[in-house]
Amino acid sequence: MSRQAAVVGVGQTQHASRRADVSIAGLVREAVDRALLDAGLEHRDIDAVVVGKAPDMLEGVMQPEQFLAGALGAHLKPLIRVHTAGSVGASTALAAVTHVRTGLFERVLAVAFEKQSEGNAMWALSPNLPFTQPLVAGAGGYFAPYVRAYMARTKCPPHIGPMTAVNARQNGGRNEYAHLREPMTLDDVMNSPVLWDPIRYGETCPSSDGACALVIASEEAALRGPRRPAWIRSGASYAEAMWVPGRDQVSPRAGKICAKAVYEGAGITNPWKEIDTAEIYVPFAWFEAMWLENLGFCDPGEGWKIIDRGEQRMGAHLPINPSGGVLCSNPIGASGMLRLGEAALQVMGRAGAHQVDGAKTALGHAYGGGSQYFAMWIVSNER
Amino acid sequence: MSTSGPPKEPVKYVEKQLHLPYCYVAGDYKVRYLAALKDKTILGSKCSRTGKVFVPPIVASPESFAPCDELIPVADRGVVTTFCIVNIPVIGRSIELPYVAASVALDGADISIYALIQECAPADVRMGMRVEAVWKPDGERQGSHEDIIHFRPTGEPDAPLASFMHRL
Repeated sequence: MSRQAAVVGVGQTQHASRRADVSIAGLVREAVDRALLDAGLEHRDIDAVVVGKAPDMLEGVMQPEQFLAGALGAHLKPLIRVHTAGSVGASTALAAVTHVRTGLFERVLAVAFEKQSEGNAMWALSPNLPFTQPLVAGAGGYFAPYVRAYMARTKCPPHIGPMTAVNARQNGGRNEYAHLREPMTLDDVMNSPVLWDPIRYGETCPSSDGACALVIASEEAALRGPRRPAWIRSGASYAEAMWVPGRDQVSPRAGKICAKAVYEGAGITNPWKEIDTAEIYVPFAWFEAMWLENLGFCDPGEGWKIIDRGEQRMGAHLPINPSGGVLCSNPIGASGMLRLGEAALQVMGRAGAHQVDGAKTALGHAYGGGSQYFAMWIVSNER
Repeated sequence: MSTSGPPKEPVKYVEKQLHLPYCYVAGDYKVRYLAALKDKTILGSKCSRTGKVFVPPIVASPESFAPCDELIPVADRGVVTTFCIVNIPVIGRSIELPYVAASVALDGADISIYALIQECAPADVRMGMRVEAVWKPDGERQGSHEDIIHFRPTGEPDAPLASFMHRL
């Protein structure tokens, strides 16, 4: 694992609650075509394909990578599927990076998707296990108790989640691909129905159809490309078991270790000072404060204060989720790859209306399962 | 769809439900766990290295990797470590809304289980509240998680936050 790798192409679909104009195959192809166009490449330039999506139950299609092989341009090429729940888009990109860094492949296509309208994620994520009472109601039902624990632990004021949601929408309004772009006020969020007390509707991500594709290339291949690539300075994924005594679900150890690994790999000693922007996986608004702490941007208990001071807004010290993030678009399987791809666009200087001025170093982050799976990378405009 | 001819708009979606029945093999420990519920007993398994107790019982610890080869009963009461109030329905589930889905650390166990808290208003549930199992009457228990109808407050003083924050 010695060669450098870079992002040379980024493609994503228009994200929406129901993309009735395309099949699953058509959806992934839209992202793939855009990524290849962006990289100035064709299918024949690709050596291998890595696919990721969240649980098969979300659409009811088992092993979808097989029926999608044609749409992905993967015939007669190595094709592998990755599955790490919500973090899968990020893990998929990292698997493609590993492919390139081994020296076996020059250019690898990473693709992640979800077409939530073809199933019922709320049902699929509400397990009925024969030995325990079925009480968890979707992802919100799983995470709400830990949001409550965060509030109890830090004694943060009740407006932090709503403030985060309002800011995400402001950012999403500048992202032409985002599913939700209409502005919201603090009152809109505060007065929205409480779905899983303490989580309100306005603090919750949408259900989206969407896909993302990245072309990962070796150093030599990247330098031959038509554009400035985003150099992948480091990448790591860590996981932990779900039910371990003493496991801290508010700030999981795997997340802390993963962050430490990517900072060390990129030579970062002070992430708050050295990282210019971050795309982090925030499906429920309160997780922004929680992850700011878990990622070491501040001390434990201080994450909500960064939001209260507005230091994570566009134009402030550390813009978080300039794209609007998961709160504005949530094609689950693709959401993690979108975080990493958006981080890459920022350091390439090609994020359009949501570009962070002068972004040189960016963090892309995703998590999944019961806050068990973490995958991150640091990208830079310099090798 | 009407019988008066083909649809005027192109058909883009067809709503269908797929049914996928399957058999679940509980395994030795969970079979004994379920059977013990019939006797109003909640079984856990104790890690041979750390002494920590898992409920429902598992055969090896994901923490120490050592066998959890001793099955022991834990209390049918404990503390609400955290919870949420569910106001949104799930397909195929009949619990009346709103309901309280809580993490409950049973006395003697090192990890929490999910529990439905009833016999008090959802707004009165607190982190640290002491609760106990309400069992189905004798003769009606069948060795299933349904043998515990719900949990209810015991009226004991609340446990302090620091005493259960490590068992969320």
